[in-house]
Amino acid sequence: MDTSKLEQMDETRWRIPAVGSMRVPATIFADRDLIEDMDDKVQEQICNVCRLPGIVKSALVMPDAHWGYGFPIGGVAAFDAEDGGVVSAGGVGFDISCGVRLIHTGMSRDKIRAVQAKLAHELSRSTPAGVGSTGRIHLDDAEMDDMLKGGAQWAVAEGYGVPDDLEHIEERGCQPDADPAAVSAQARRRQRSEMGTLGSGNHYLEVQYVSEVFDKQIAGAYGLHEGDAVISIHCGSRGLGHQIGTEFLREMVISTEEFGIELPDRELACAPINSALGQRYMGAMRAAVNCALANRQILTDLTRSAFAQFFPDATLKLVYDVSHNICKEETHVINGVSRMLHVHRKGATRALGPGSEHVPSAFKAVGQPVFIGGSMGTSSYVLVGTEAGEELALSSACHGAGRRMSRNQARKRWHGKQVTDELARKGIIVRSPSSRGIAEEAPGAYKDVTSVVDLADRAGLATKVCHLRPMICIKG
Amino acid sequence: MTWSHFAHDADLGLRGSGRSKAAAFEEIAMALTAAVTDPDSVAAKVTIGLHCHAPSDEILLVDWLNALIYEMDVRKMLFREFSVSITDDVLHAKVTGEPVNREKHHPAVEVKGATFTALTVDQTEERWVVQCVVDV
Repeated sequence: MDTSKLEQMDETRWRIPAVGSMRVPATIFADRDLIEDMDDKVQEQICNVCRLPGIVKSALVMPDAHWGYGFPIGGVAAFDAEDGGVVSAGGVGFDISCGVRLIHTGMSRDKIRAVQAKLAHELSRSTPAGVGSTGRIHLDDAEMDDMLKGGAQWAVAEGYGVPDDLEHIEERGCQPDADPAAVSAQARRRQRSEMGTLGSGNHYLEVQYVSEVFDKQIAGAYGLHEGDAVISIHCGSRGLGHQIGTEFLREMVISTEEFGIELPDRELACAPINSALGQRYMGAMRAAVNCALANRQILTDLTRSAFAQFFPDATLKLVYDVSHNICKEETHVINGVSRMLHVHRKGATRALGPGSEHVPSAFKAVGQPVFIGGSMGTSSYVLVGTEAGEELALSSACHGAGRRMSRNQARKRWHGKQVTDELARKGIIVRSPSSRGIAEEAPGAYKDVTSVVDLADRAGLATKVCHLRPMICIKG
Repeated sequence: MTWSHFAHDADLGLRGSGRSKAAAFEEIAMALTAAVTDPDSVAAKVTIGLHCHAPSDEILLVDWLNALIYEMDVRKMLFREFSVSITDDVLHAKVTGEPVNREKHHPAVEVKGATFTALTVDQTEERWVVQCVVDV
């Protein structure tokens, strides 16, 4: 990124002053190496976000940011409905409520190692993943409405999990104010055979182990200790969310003119929060959030069944589940005034510090777990939200490593079998129906997640708690 | 080959060109299939009809790609032959392909939706060139 128009605030923050039609400045969290590695498009896109009506304080760029559509991936922006603020379908994206949940196996990595190959086979057999895969649950219209209203709470009531799971999910597993009536017949049809499916691309189910603990007290509060085996599930709202994103993006593009909003980029299509379209989008998006929460809950149930074949007495306990593509109504103090804002996080994770009423009671004293996934074969991290993060970034942190190479480039450079064999030599078993997909997701196609996590830690967005290394990776 | 992919950080750019707008729309559809699998691996077995109606050429292109993405998802199919006609703001198409066979097609990634990023429908003296970024 060209930094000539940026002001370096300190070692981890850069400011883009509000010029021209920008209503607020932008803040980029990066050191010199990370910012020089970012695409110029990130700067262009976040400056465009700063031009949207009702934006509050500053648009934010997380250290893993890269060129997205409309918003950059790793973009955070808050809007005030009472000040003409908008909601943007492009500011959430197609994969609504894509997120990560972490599950503790209650076992050490050594116990997993003893059955690693057989467990990998069973997980790949029982987890529907990849293009063309279908789940075993098919919902009729009434059941679909219940799922869209109830999220993970619906899934647990249907027998996919235990009530204690809900204490460890954002919004206790159910996003309020979802409006199933705002979800089209096409979106429902796309979801009909996709409940309990992982998807493809960068989505994964990984069995990992805690390879290093940076903060024993907080790790202990999360139940994590060095050598523990855990499971990460990364996926979203599947076809239903993709269709809602598609339909509302189109409708907002066409309607923007009638709202009198001048858009610097069509992809930033939006609607006033207080308009009928804005409210309809919020209702549909929240329904998609519940779909994602239900989906990850069903995948958890499938994972528990797979583990039970090898460890009948194991109790797989959910640590936490948090989304990173979402727009949420939240209260934040801006210049000393408490305001209700619509916070868009596109490729960014909510990261609440200690004491927040929205953090599960078990973690209230330490803060919300934040999960930052690497690519398959590299590292993932558990962090904790900070008090400082509220003032710095509306309690937000980064979500992953971010690609450094296109899919075509990766495919030209690696073969799927070569990647699988190399990872196997490191003790990591990869299972995927697509060797081409493995090549496109090769670890070398992603940026170094550690530099992104270290930056988030140094900037005070979130604090490092644990380092995780993969043992089994199930990909679509 | 008159379709191609262009780089986008996280997602994928599709481009098609042809002597007519309809031909360029057919070519970008092949680029969409190639995002998922080798188009030569897809047999032409089942034909379905698609219709789109949009207020501009560019939105028509997004609608066309999204109609294909929708059918690929709900029918679990891949397509390799595309016959498109465009009159004013209406597109009619017949698309032919077969159900996804994971052993045969090794599908790499599902496409979530077509975006308005890098979206263009351009006519030069001899050719039409159309493109956009899709979310994968």
